Amino acid sequence: MSDRIVILGAGTGGTLTANRLRRAHDDDVEIVVIDRDDRHVYQPGLLFVPFGLADPGEIVRARGAQLHDGIEFRLAEVDRVETAANAVHLVGGELITYDVLVVASGAALLPEETEGLTGPGWGERIFTFFELESATALRDALRGFDRGRLVINPVDMPIKCPVAPLEFCFLADWFLRERGVRDAVELTYVTPLDGAFTKPVASEHLAGLLAEKDIALETEFATGEVDGAGGRLVSWDEREVPFDLLVTIPLHGGPAYVGRSPGLGDELGFVATDLHTLQSKAAPNVFAIGDATNLPTSKAGSVTHFEGDTLVENIRRFRDGEELQATFDGHANCFIETGFHKALLIDFNYDVEPLPGRFPEPHLGPLPLLKESRLNHMAKLLFQWVYWHVLLPGHDIPGVGSQLRHTADQGEPR
Amino acid sequence: MTSLTLEEAHVDLDAEGFFLQPEQWTREMAPEIARANGIEPLTDRHWQVIDYMRSTYLETGSGPTIRALGKASGVPIKELYQLFPKGPAKLAAKVAGIPKPRGCI
Repeated sequence: MSDRIVILGAGTGGTLTANRLRRAHDDDVEIVVIDRDDRHVYQPGLLFVPFGLADPGEIVRARGAQLHDGIEFRLAEVDRVETAANAVHLVGGELITYDVLVVASGAALLPEETEGLTGPGWGERIFTFFELESATALRDALRGFDRGRLVINPVDMPIKCPVAPLEFCFLADWFLRERGVRDAVELTYVTPLDGAFTKPVASEHLAGLLAEKDIALETEFATGEVDGAGGRLVSWDEREVPFDLLVTIPLHGGPAYVGRSPGLGDELGFVATDLHTLQSKAAPNVFAIGDATNLPTSKAGSVTHFEGDTLVENIRRFRDGEELQATFDGHANCFIETGFHKALLIDFNYDVEPLPGRFPEPHLGPLPLLKESRLNHMAKLLFQWVYWHVLLPGHDIPGVGSQLRHTADQGEPR
Repeated sequence: MTSLTLEEAHVDLDAEGFFLQPEQWTREMAPEIARANGIEPLTDRHWQVIDYMRSTYLETGSGPTIRALGKASGVPIKELYQLFPKGPAKLAAKVAGIPKPRGCI
């Protein structure tokens, strides 16, 4: 009997899942991948675009070209999923049935959910680097920016790559110093969190770096309104932060179709997913991977890559009627660009804080954790090659395991 | 961890005053916790939020974020800030007797 596995989304998660599944299964399993466009953006590259460090064209490739032979790629917009009928409804009325479904459509940016954000000033003095067109426009705006108040503001969590706004601050400091205008620019990081980052130990390190670079930190600021004409961020409790140039990270939600699919998503439209097996709560034959899930770990490519192992094995087990393995531990691994050709690296999971030490081997490294180094910066740059040639084809990265490795001298799990 | 007598009951709180064991909480404790945090009296609108916090926690294992509260509790975000000033998600969690929201990652 022929089985059909349908994967929604051909980004990091969808692509690596499709390629791994294709290798793991015979021809009696049909694999169909659906996406609404054919532009696969290397998202870590977006951070570099505003500073002229990456060319917009360099970080985009065709989605279909990343999928191996024997995988059907379809361009279509999903209207909704009816898990009770094992069916995906496409916009236009077509219906595709599945035996197993994988939701891998990532997170959506929702700038229109914040009052005033897409009003006057949007695209003129308000930009986001989380999306290629706005990141490119921001590059042009930054070139001419030589005095005034530059404010970086993630509106609320969760966001993709929660360290990216901090990296933007560090790179902006570097960029403005290189141009000799840093003294005329007031740089402020405005965050809804009570510190620089979500995890206490890393948060302290990062707050220290902000202070060192003379970047002001405004915490527990819940943005309620953006006044683009007046150049003001206004919080729900009526505090204000003035800006001349605002780099916003808009609210995120799950894929729009998840919200239209009965029982599939949580109140923000992320797929309600089991923490350790990646099976959805909606139906046993529906799984989710990457930014589209509601898992309490970072929305990041490294997480998606680590999830791939568990997901592909569990789809096999599900089809063979075996018990699923609960192996995903929330492992995340992020390079944090700190400017001046250095970067810091953090490694953590659901239970273990980012800690000092070395990666991937606890004592040998070679990459230092939670410490600025040139080696980490080089590794971050090299990663783009690894992404297209190792990660998307669905190979393991030598020496880097899906589960977090930590030693006793790095401290206890929290 | 400190132990505090709330109407003669021993409850386990963390350093910031959040309940560690939500089952130790009773409705009678809420006004007292609220008062200690500058909220008095507790209105029906407060209770609507408190009940939503608790039921979400019991269902999902973590308290809702402010966005989720604004979307699903029936109380708009602006009003949440009036009812529970400064940090509604945190303050309402404290009054509702559930652990400190983990925030996001």
